[in-house]
Amino acid sequence: MEQIVKILEKIKPGVDYVSETDLIGDKILDSLKIVQLVGELDDEFDIEITPIDIIPENFKSVQSIYSMVKRLEEE
Amino acid sequence: MKNILEMLEKSAYSYPEKYVFRDAEKSITYSDFLKKAKKIGCALAAADVYKSPVAIIISRSVECLTAMFGVLMGGCFYTVIDSEMPSERVKTIFDTLQPSAVLASEDCLRLVENLDYNGRIIMYNEASSFEPNDETLQNIRNDMVDTDPAYVLFTSGSTGIPKGAVLNHRSVLSYIEWYAKTFEINENTVFGSQTPFYFSMSVSDVFSTIYKGATLNIIPKTLFSFPIKLIEYLNERMINTVYWVPSALSIVAKLKVLDYLKPEFLKKVLFAGEVIPVKTLNYWQNKLPDAFFANLFGPTETTDICCYYIVDRKFSDCETIPIGNACDNCKLFILDENGAEAKTGEKGELYVGGSFLSMGYYNNQEKTAQSFVQNPLNRAYPEIVYKTGDIVKQNEKGELLYISRKDMQIKRMGYRIELGEIEAAASSADGVFSAAAVYDKNDDSIILVYEGKQKNTDEVMNVLKNRLPDYMIPQRVIRIKSMPINTNGKIDRNRLISEYKNF
Repeated sequence: MEQIVKILEKIKPGVDYVSETDLIGDKILDSLKIVQLVGELDDEFDIEITPIDIIPENFKSVQSIYSMVKRLEEE
Repeated sequence: MKNILEMLEKSAYSYPEKYVFRDAEKSITYSDFLKKAKKIGCALAAADVYKSPVAIIISRSVECLTAMFGVLMGGCFYTVIDSEMPSERVKTIFDTLQPSAVLASEDCLRLVENLDYNGRIIMYNEASSFEPNDETLQNIRNDMVDTDPAYVLFTSGSTGIPKGAVLNHRSVLSYIEWYAKTFEINENTVFGSQTPFYFSMSVSDVFSTIYKGATLNIIPKTLFSFPIKLIEYLNERMINTVYWVPSALSIVAKLKVLDYLKPEFLKKVLFAGEVIPVKTLNYWQNKLPDAFFANLFGPTETTDICCYYIVDRKFSDCETIPIGNACDNCKLFILDENGAEAKTGEKGELYVGGSFLSMGYYNNQEKTAQSFVQNPLNRAYPEIVYKTGDIVKQNEKGELLYISRKDMQIKRMGYRIELGEIEAAASSADGVFSAAAVYDKNDDSIILVYEGKQKNTDEVMNVLKNRLPDYMIPQRVIRIKSMPINTNGKIDRNRLISEYKNF
């Protein structure tokens, strides 16, 4: 979780990621930032996030990003 | 034709019940669109703002397009304001534009209120239900000429003060004639529009749509975040033509979206705005082998485009995609540093002449005089040409190749260096998705920053050493996980220069 918050803070600083529950609806992550984030997550956790995983439900909060990363790490 | 609106009137006559514009929620037919534009035109006529600038603050939607044509109906010219732009930047645009009215929607009122604007504020909802009067509109039209401005489009100036290129009806009509003919835009064209209406690329989609009775779908920005949904939208709307910035195409390529889902109806893929990575183009071409691809190039000051290249051969990663040849009715020439015409293979600055040209910058005579100049090759009669500030050269096939911006040209150890050439070389390396070269004046060094799967920077350096002369080899090669992007979707070079030491 902490690693994910760190990555998010680098991509867009000044957001309280721990309590934020709608990163998309609140316009915190736009398309280019999501592509950045996917690249960073792929790299950091050595996973491959495919377009199938890139849906709003997987990116709405740190918790949901974390669950997705965990799942992909196990696959 | 002398007025853009004649295109709309003809298509509304031929295709009254057909959708002209659609966004995610609403769709409007040609005849309804024309009626609404007339009502807005009459509301403006009643506000007595004829032949003056009107700022439109409405988010990217069918309403925004209706407002644009409504302003033209009223004999005025518009500037579309990015409704998400910080109010301070809008104020700098207002300082230059001095709009006589603001046409706004309810949801953008907060931004309007933050502008300390003292002029007239007209609400979209009221204007679009105003009582229309054909006689008023006819009188306005009779009084207009084709050199009246249609819109002012602001681009970021290097000094931070935005410059507003003034485009008149004649430029747009000349340009659209070329665009529609070259890319065979017709009543069967269904556009998927990606670019905002305050960006010159949207001019091509919007006006060729109304010229040919086509349909334009506004693609919601958020769909680019969730690319499978983006492709589903293209399929639902049966979109067959897109004209996007390369970074939008790159999102799809980087995430390998077309491996999972294909845009079934897509036949034409046009792009402009920045250099397309060859890897992006190759990905799209491999996945859509039957589609038509073209690279368009030009500044806002030539309406949108001055030259273009229809992709007719395969490119390897170490090549650059040409920007091709002049558009029909557009004059291009290249002058070297001494003002002489550059020979094949020689670098020089690109100049443009002809009817696509902007009239100059709004309320800015100084900048206008710097860039819109008497053709240096013509001493016989007045002929204004535009200095693009782009460094290009011509290859043996007669195609133009883009090299770099003139202001990205540096001088180091006595050599003149185009940073763009270093970037092109780096982009050819395996595992490099995009590359940017910047020059740090303080310690006289070139830094190459790249993004991609290649973790070993030495590999990239080796490629550069094989392809570039010694004096162009960067002092440092840095890999970053993601390239900083500015609000226009382009690489943020200023941020790279100020921050590379922390990478």
